[in-house]
Parts: sequence; structure tokens; C-alpha cells
Amino acid sequence: MSGFPGFVLRRAVGAVVTLLAISVIVYVVFYVTPGNVAQITCGPRCSPEQVDQVARQLNLDDPLFLRYWHFLQGLVAGQDYSTGTSVQHCSAPCFGLSYQSDQQVTQLIWTKLPVSLSLVSGAMVLWLLLGVGTGVLSAWRRGRFSERVLTGVTLAGTATPVFVIGLVLMIVVCGELRLLPFPQYVALTDDPEQWAWNLLLPWLSLALIEAAAFARLTRASMLETLAEDHIRTFRAYGVGERSIVGRHALRGAFAPVIALNANNVGSAIGGAVLTETLFGLPGIGQELVHAVNVVDLPVVVGMVLVIGFFVVLANAVADVLYAVADRRVVLT
Amino acid sequence: MSLVEVTGLSVDFGELRAVDGLSFRLEEGAALALVGESGSGKSTVASALLGLHHGTGARVGGSVRVAGTDVQRASDEELRRLRGGQAAMVFQDPLSSLDPYYAIGDQIAEVYRVHARASRRAARARAVEVLDRVGIADAARRSRSRPHEFSGGMRQRALIAMALACEPRLLIADEPTTALDVTVQAQVLDLLHTLREETSMGLLLVTHDVGVAAESVDEVLVMRHGRAVEHGPVSRVLGAPVQPYTRELLAAVPRLDAPAAGSTAPQEAVLEEAVLEEAAPKGAVLEATGLRREFGRGKRAFTAVRDVSLTLHRGETLGIVGESGSGKTTLGRMLVGLLEPTAGEVRYDGRPHTGVNPAVQMVFQDPVSSLNPRRSVGESIADPLRARGERDEGRIQARVAELLERVGLEGAHYDRYPHEFSGGQRQRVGIARALAADPRVIVCDEPVSALDVTTQAHVVALLGELQRELGLALVFVAHDLAVVRQVSDRVAVMRQGRIVEEGPVDEVYGTPQDPYTRQLLAAVPALDPEAAALRRAERRELAAA
Repeated sequence: MSGFPGFVLRRAVGAVVTLLAISVIVYVVFYVTPGNVAQITCGPRCSPEQVDQVARQLNLDDPLFLRYWHFLQGLVAGQDYSTGTSVQHCSAPCFGLSYQSDQQVTQLIWTKLPVSLSLVSGAMVLWLLLGVGTGVLSAWRRGRFSERVLTGVTLAGTATPVFVIGLVLMIVVCGELRLLPFPQYVALTDDPEQWAWNLLLPWLSLALIEAAAFARLTRASMLETLAEDHIRTFRAYGVGERSIVGRHALRGAFAPVIALNANNVGSAIGGAVLTETLFGLPGIGQELVHAVNVVDLPVVVGMVLVIGFFVVLANAVADVLYAVADRRVVLT
Repeated sequence: MSLVEVTGLSVDFGELRAVDGLSFRLEEGAALALVGESGSGKSTVASALLGLHHGTGARVGGSVRVAGTDVQRASDEELRRLRGGQAAMVFQDPLSSLDPYYAIGDQIAEVYRVHARASRRAARARAVEVLDRVGIADAARRSRSRPHEFSGGMRQRALIAMALACEPRLLIADEPTTALDVTVQAQVLDLLHTLREETSMGLLLVTHDVGVAAESVDEVLVMRHGRAVEHGPVSRVLGAPVQPYTRELLAAVPRLDAPAAGSTAPQEAVLEEAVLEEAAPKGAVLEATGLRREFGRGKRAFTAVRDVSLTLHRGETLGIVGESGSGKTTLGRMLVGLLEPTAGEVRYDGRPHTGVNPAVQMVFQDPVSSLNPRRSVGESIADPLRARGERDEGRIQARVAELLERVGLEGAHYDRYPHEFSGGQRQRVGIARALAADPRVIVCDEPVSALDVTTQAHVVALLGELQRELGLALVFVAHDLAVVRQVSDRVAVMRQGRIVEEGPVDEVYGTPQDPYTRQLLAAVPALDPEAAALRRAERRELAAA
């Protein structure tokens, strides 16, 4: 099959294979990791009998392939779990129950995902504006004083840890100047205006870190394009510098910026742990770190798969955007 | 006042003086060619006419006046008005000279709007008009295409259309046909000729190809090392050159017509020798039967070579000519065994040969990229020796030194790296590497197309000498019909993967049978302006037929 439907189909198949491979890896890693999972799950004050009971309940003594088989079954067909007295049904796609809270991982994902998506989508808009804007400016003013200042500022941006930037922003904006309340997550569906105001600082601190990379990439690709022959053509025809930089050179920076952005969006969904922690946003990243600490395998697998899904999705979207930006690209 | 007045122009790039005290004039509507080999400074002069050296770190001295503008003293604004408005430039490489992301019509319209007060719509209409003018069929639709959807010749036409958009008084064409096939080159030169007849535009043509100049201009200025060597009317400079360098340059240009007796061009000795050898009995050394090669699968399958059979005799030179995409390189690689044929077979000495064979070697087109830049040339030449199992370091070194001397370099060059050599020297290294395996057949794929004409003549002479002394059989693959005529005993003309005509050189060039061969021959630029006019007429006839 060719054309766009074929592309979507091939990517979907590729995504499923990738995600299954990721889940296998997570299972194997957990299997070989030292430490008594039942003891950790039960708590430090549990008696050996209680620990054994927990191990039975969680099927921890089953061989690896059997546990993975149960996981796949749950994913495709759903599963029933007995938690002591009651039986709870977990419908497909079922990632299982959290060892810690007996909560369904699917539900957990649905509560955490909106927070992460809110954070990343807003931050992405900001880092693209800040990063590409700075990059264009420094390519245009190349070799001059203002360019050196811009380069210095963006370098400082990358070099400063997010908790420093975020903390300073919070202390100054919310504490000293009292321009905003201290951030607290409000769902978009509850109150869009409060959602935006509360997320403004997290967006800004995440964007400031990422923007530097975009600025440098944009600048570098534009300078590369500016050295190409077709730019010489337009110079030789009297086209002004503004149009040469803003129209012809900027276009050459699209492809690398799209690629970097796909990468960053994908990784920020689960990787913005510091920002989430600093501003108290209950997102995927925080949950994942917590689950790893308490060896909560179902939660870890669920969260990792969600992150993997967004990485794959972001890259597929990037490929489509490539083809839109450059007509020579053929989707395969 | 003249259209162009250049007085005492000098351009320095750091330590290097690229142009040194050059002066010339060009009147309204006249045409001048700057002719020279690479590094002679001719393109630097062209850029100086539009003030393109401003802000690049080059130091420009002397005075340049173009269409009444003093380029040296002009403000940025004045320069912008000059560029494209009064004097427009057509660049060498039509692939890289257009923005790959925008439609061709939009690019032309953008340039037009810089110089004319016009709405977007009017500018777009103007773009279609000039595209139509340069012979792009269905211009309104094609103006929406991106450059990659155009062929090389069409891109060059589009660049000329861009130049025409603002009706400039001067057209500067910097090697406008170098990247094009010979038939396409002829079309582009004919287009420039017609446009000049119609618009009375002045033309400054920069070229390394004396033939291209003879076709297109009234006056020629020969440049060397940034200085003018000889300057005068085209028929005088090309017909009765005064300066020794001009004579040398002209003598090195391979000619399509049979070489005149008593000429001093080095490669003619080769031809005589080849003619002498023709009497000797010869057996077939390399035979190809029913060769076919496909690339890709399914819908994207493409047949590069179809049903080619040929025979190479001992000690002879077989020329293979064709335009880009004709399959000549693919054929050459199959003969050497670098590519497996999809069907058919190659027999060496009567035995089928698969894979590479030390007795059949190859010399590649690009001497820059076919040598590993990180290894010394001695190591590169030693590779085939080591591949044959030679382990004695002393013997390897001695043999490499001998080979280097054999191709006109020094044995002491063993430890030098490719970047320390000129293009011609690098090609000699490539030849030495091919000789290292004691081959009986060498397939040369465009061995001289990247070289200047004088260097080209020396390399061709070397190949001839080696052939005589070592009794080699050569396959000479090239797009340049004149070079092929000079070196070959027999010639095969390829088109779209097939051999359309094959025979002794004199027959094929003298009385071509296939219409395509005739078309190719008519497209080759002639050195004599009168002959050029005749060929132009012939081309028009062929096109009309």
C-alpha cells in the first residue's frame, strides 16, 4: 500500500511492535533486579507469612514468561482480580493493578496523563517561540554584538538547572511580586483560565531549558543554508537580507527543528520529573519515579508504555511535517 | 559610456591574488567571453561586476562601472537596484542555484517584485511569461513546480527566465552549461543566442570551454592567473592566436574533426600509434553478451542497461559515449565486475568472469572522491598489491615507487596525501593504482571530465603511452565526443541503456547512421565561429525534422 494510508498503517504496526518490545524489556529488567518485591510491597513491618501471602497474591512465584503472558491477556481481553474479599474487573486494555494501592493502572494513567500533556503542550509552544525566535535573531545579527549577547543568554539557559530557574521564578513572581498564585494544578476542563495561569511558570521554566537547544540548532542550520548556492542567487538578484534570512534561510531550519521537537516532546511527557516535582504537578514522570522506587511493576510498565506511545506518535507526526515542509520527502 | 567598464581590477582573498590588474569594456548589446582554466580568476571577475565580494573579506581594488553604477562606491541600496535590475547573473549549477523549498514561479516573482512595483498577482503573471519565453512548455502549470521536479536543462532555463524577469541590460552567465549534457547545452546556448537577437542585451559569458565561447560571443578575453593573456574579436583570437598560452589552450582542446597533420597536440601521437596497431591481428580479450542491469524492484524498477553486447580486442581502445543516464557508467562497472549483471555475461579471455578480476581494472571519474583522503597515495596504490597477497614491505614500496614514476609522478610521493596533489596528479595516482594489479584491460569511467583541458590532454596522452607500452586494452567511457574521438579505435554510442551505433571512429563520426548520433554530433560546440553558426543551423533543421 502506498500514500498516506499506507504510511499510517506501517507506522501503526511499527508502533505496536516497538511497544511490545519495550514491555518485554521492562519485565526482564524487573525480573533480574535484586530485592524482594513482596517484602517491599508489604512493608517493612510485615511478618514472613504476610510476605508469602502477598507474593502468592501477586503471582510473584510464577515464571517470567507466564507473568508476561498474563499481562498480555489483560491487555487484550481484560482481567478479573481478587483483592482479598472483593473481585474487581479490569477491562481491556488492562495494565494490571498497582501492587501498592490496588488501583487499576489504566485509571492511574488517565488521571496523570492530562497533567503531563498540559505541561508539555504549553511548554512546547513557548520553547519553539523562544528558541526559534532567538535562533533567527542570532543568525540575522551574526557576528555582531547583539548575537553574542543572545548566544550567552541561551547558553546560560541550558547551563542552569530547572529547579534553580523554577525556584527563582516562583520566589520572584509569586513570592516577591505577587503577580501569580503559587502554582497548583487545575484541570483544563474545570477552569481553562486558571489552568493557564497556574501552568504559566512551569511552562516557562521547562521552555527556558529546552529553548537554548532550539536556538543553537536554528542558528546553525540557518547559517548552513546561508552558505548555500541558492542564497547567493537571491543576493545576486538584489533580494534584501531580511527576506533572505526570514524566508529562504529559515526554511532550511525547519527539518532539524521538527526532528528535535519530536524528540523533546516525546521525552518530556515522562521526563519532566524535576519540573513536575518542583511545581507539585502530579504527572506521569513523578508517578513513574515513585513506582520504580517501590518496585510497582504494573505501574512502571503502564507508564513506560504511555511514554513510549507518545515518543512513537511524536516521531510519526514529525515525519508527516517533514513531507509537508519539504516536497522532496516521500513518506515510507 | 560603455555598459561595463572595468579598470585595473584586482581581487585578493587573503594572501591569494585572484584577479590582478584586469581591464576591459563591454558595449551595450555586445557579447564578451572570459575564458580560462580553473583558478584563472574568471568567476571572481563576474562576481565583482555585481559587487558580490562586499562583506566577504575579499579586498577589491581598481574600478568597476556597470550600467552607470560605480560598484565599488555604491551604497547597499544602489547595489540592490543594480543586481537583477540592470545586470542579472545566471549561475553554473542549476540544481543548487534555486531554493529547493519554493515553487519556481514564486522565486522568479519574488525577484521581480524586488525591482518592479507590482502586485503579487502581476509578479506571478510575469514569472509565467518569462518561463514561457525561455521555452518551458505549459509554463503556467510548471511555474508551480519545485526545482527538483525540473530536469537540469529546465532548471537552467528557469534561471535564465529569472534573469530576464526585470529586462536587464547585461546578462552575466557564469559557466551556464557546464553541468549540462551536450544536447541540452546546445539548446541553452541557442536560447541565449535567440534572446540576444531579440532583446539587445549585453552578455558576459564566463567559461572554461573555448567551444562554448566560440558559439556565443563577439569578443574573447583569455585569462590566466588573474591576468588578461589575450583579448580580441572571437574569430581572431581563436583563429590566429598571438600568445603562446592561447595557442597551448587551443591545441589542448579535443576536436571533433579529424586532427590536422603536424599539429603539436600530445594526444595525436596516440592516435597514429593506434592506427598502426590496427593492422596487427587481435583476439577478443573482453566479451559482453546480452548484458542487462536493473535497479530497484516492483513499480520503481529501472533498467539502466538493456541487451548490450560488445567485444574488446587486445590492445585496442573502445570508446563508449552517451549523455547522463544513458547507462554508460553502469555498463563500465559491469565490465569490471563491480556490478553483477541482471542478465547476460562478461567473458574475460573466453572464460566467464564473475566478481572482480585483477586483470580488469578501473579508473574512476572523480579523482578527489575515489582516493581515501586519510591515507597516503602510496598506501592507496599498494592496496591491490596487498590484496594479491604480497607481504614483503620492501617489494611493495619499490613497486609503488616504480608505478608512481611510470605515471609521471615521483617515487618519493609515497607518503603524501591526496589533498597535496592537483586534480591531474590525483588522476595519475588513480591510474597507478589501476596498474598495480598488472591488468590487461582498464575501464576508464570519465577519466578526464573533471580536469582542465590542458591537464586533460596530458592524462589522455599518458593513457595512450601506457597502452602502447603495456599492450593494454582500454574501455574509455565519456560524455565528451571529441575526447572519445581522439583516443578511440572503435566507438559505441549509448542511449537509454542501449548501444544505438557502434563502429570504427572514423565511420561513426564521419558518416553517422543513427539519428541520435547525428543529433549528438551537431550539438558539440565548434571552435570556429563560422562552423558554430553552421552547426546552429543544422540543429535547427534537425529540430524541425
